[in-house]
Amino acid sequence: MIALELRGVGKTYPPPTTVTALVDVSFRVDAGETVAITGPSGSGKSTLLNLLGTLERPTRGTVLVADTDTSRLPDRALSGLRAWRIGFVFQQFHLLEHLSVLDNVATGLLYRAMSAGRRRAAAARALDRVGLAARSAHRPSQLSGGERQRTAIARAVVGEPDIVLADEPTGNLDTATGAQIIQLIAGLADPHTTVLVITHDASVATAMRREIRLRDGRVVGDTGPA
Amino acid sequence: MRPRGVPRSRGVMRPRGVPRSRLRVADAGTLGGLAIRARRVRSALSALGIAVAIGALVAVLGIAASAKADLLAQLGAEGNLLTLAAGQTFSGNAVPLPTTAEDMIRAVPPVREVTAVANVSGVTVRRSAAVPAINTGGITVLAAQPSLPHTLSATVLRGHFLDGVAQRYPEVVLGYSAAQNLGISVLTSTTQVYLGGQYFAVVGVLAPVDVAPEIDDAALVSFPVAQSLLGLDPAPSRIYLRADPDQVAAVAEVLPFTASPEQPEAVEVRRPSDVLVARVAAKTAFVGLFLALGAVALLVGGVGIANIMVISVLERRGEIGLRRALGARSRHVAVQFFLESLALAVVGGVLGVGLGTLATAVAAHIGNNQVSVPLYVPFAGLGAAAAVGILAGVYPALRAARLAPAQALRTA
Repeated sequence: MIALELRGVGKTYPPPTTVTALVDVSFRVDAGETVAITGPSGSGKSTLLNLLGTLERPTRGTVLVADTDTSRLPDRALSGLRAWRIGFVFQQFHLLEHLSVLDNVATGLLYRAMSAGRRRAAAARALDRVGLAARSAHRPSQLSGGERQRTAIARAVVGEPDIVLADEPTGNLDTATGAQIIQLIAGLADPHTTVLVITHDASVATAMRREIRLRDGRVVGDTGPA
Repeated sequence: MRPRGVPRSRGVMRPRGVPRSRLRVADAGTLGGLAIRARRVRSALSALGIAVAIGALVAVLGIAASAKADLLAQLGAEGNLLTLAAGQTFSGNAVPLPTTAEDMIRAVPPVREVTAVANVSGVTVRRSAAVPAINTGGITVLAAQPSLPHTLSATVLRGHFLDGVAQRYPEVVLGYSAAQNLGISVLTSTTQVYLGGQYFAVVGVLAPVDVAPEIDDAALVSFPVAQSLLGLDPAPSRIYLRADPDQVAAVAEVLPFTASPEQPEAVEVRRPSDVLVARVAAKTAFVGLFLALGAVALLVGGVGIANIMVISVLERRGEIGLRRALGARSRHVAVQFFLESLALAVVGGVLGVGLGTLATAVAAHIGNNQVSVPLYVPFAGLGAAAAVGILAGVYPALRAARLAPAQALRTA
């Protein structure tokens, strides 16, 4: 089963920047794969992640998420897709400081119209899964960098999404902590869950079963489906 | 929990099997209040702007209503009082009222009480004989009947009114302003004034009489003493009367003919409560102006909230991007910021209604009025605050909603 597919995707940002970030990118990712997308700065990695996460639309080509062409979907349908199918992990964590760790994780289910009680119960399970159950009541500022990223990962997977997209998840962490985080992210994959990690760290790439290399907006290497 | 288990819906523009992104109403409300608690000082200050404006509006309406309430109560009590004054002929000569006027008026059936005063002309009142005669202090000397305080609902501030003794001996009761002018604030058995060439004992001071201000500036002596010691012509110069409240107009109509059948046109009939009506109008004349000033303050408060919300949108681009990534629709983001603005304004409104009511109570206490905040005022205050919050929230909410998710995350 195909989790994600890009067909001839190009992305050019409008003036004043007029940067061409991606040129004719095509690949498909099957459900359950773990993929590292690598490349130097400015190679289009983040743009690719935004397109796969439906946070941006391509200028050319089509992006298919769960067999659906996202280019024809209105904003509300894309929002539904993100709420139910996609989990994000960011380099800057993006945790809400005025909420506890538990409530930050529960926010991952906010736009599914679940009751607060069910959201918190699911959040507690997700925190348990990333080994942070003891930190539920803390504020993000009371956590170490690795713990913050674990919280963000728990928030990404609390709704058991089909696709987890991580954008430089170890970029703000030291090497040892980064390695633990990558192990955690790689371990999220199962036959139903696809994991894509954007990184310029070679050790991260080796922890994934597949690597897609980008340069100047083009795919220059793909180790192919495992 | 796995989305695959969710029943499929057949929306045309929705990916297969993916439910909508939805935000519960209760959660939206929580979001609106959350940011306020997260930035307490800033929220408190912008709510304070609204609170001050709403407080001013409530206080203006409350203080005006309280001041009016007392006047209206007085108006109700004084509405049946009529005065009858000696007028002038067409040629401008003063025409005293006939001596029979008082008895004639008393005979009119709806008339309940009558009292008369007579102007003792050419007589001055001074603190002592040493004060030059030219320093009259603007005090007139009136002969009055013992029924005067009752008919005018006047209260005696100190001492007592003219009683049986005063009918035979030189005693005087001073009006409120007259006592002030003469510097008499305390009455003792030896308090005297120099009146018409001899000393009179001051036995009483009246409280201000709103419906008959001429009494405030007068020194009152009894008719018999005025006639025997001051050479008074007993014809009354002014007659006060109270009629049945529903017959006041009819009585006023017949009064000139009853009092002075020969020269009815030379009699002046007045309804002193008209003075109170004018005073009510004066009290409320500036309410419109103050309300307009309060509205300007409210507008400024609203601009303050809009300003703080626009800044908040800029600062929280990361949160907006995150929420969009978590599945928020642009309208969910708009609702969140809109509700924040509304919550700020309503908190300010509640505070303002409290402040305004407090100010009204303090002002009423100082002015010795009863506290009277009309019921619509707190609701109108809250409504105005909410309206400002809604207006102030629209633009920031739209700005937050228009932010592209990827850009919001990138620039955070």
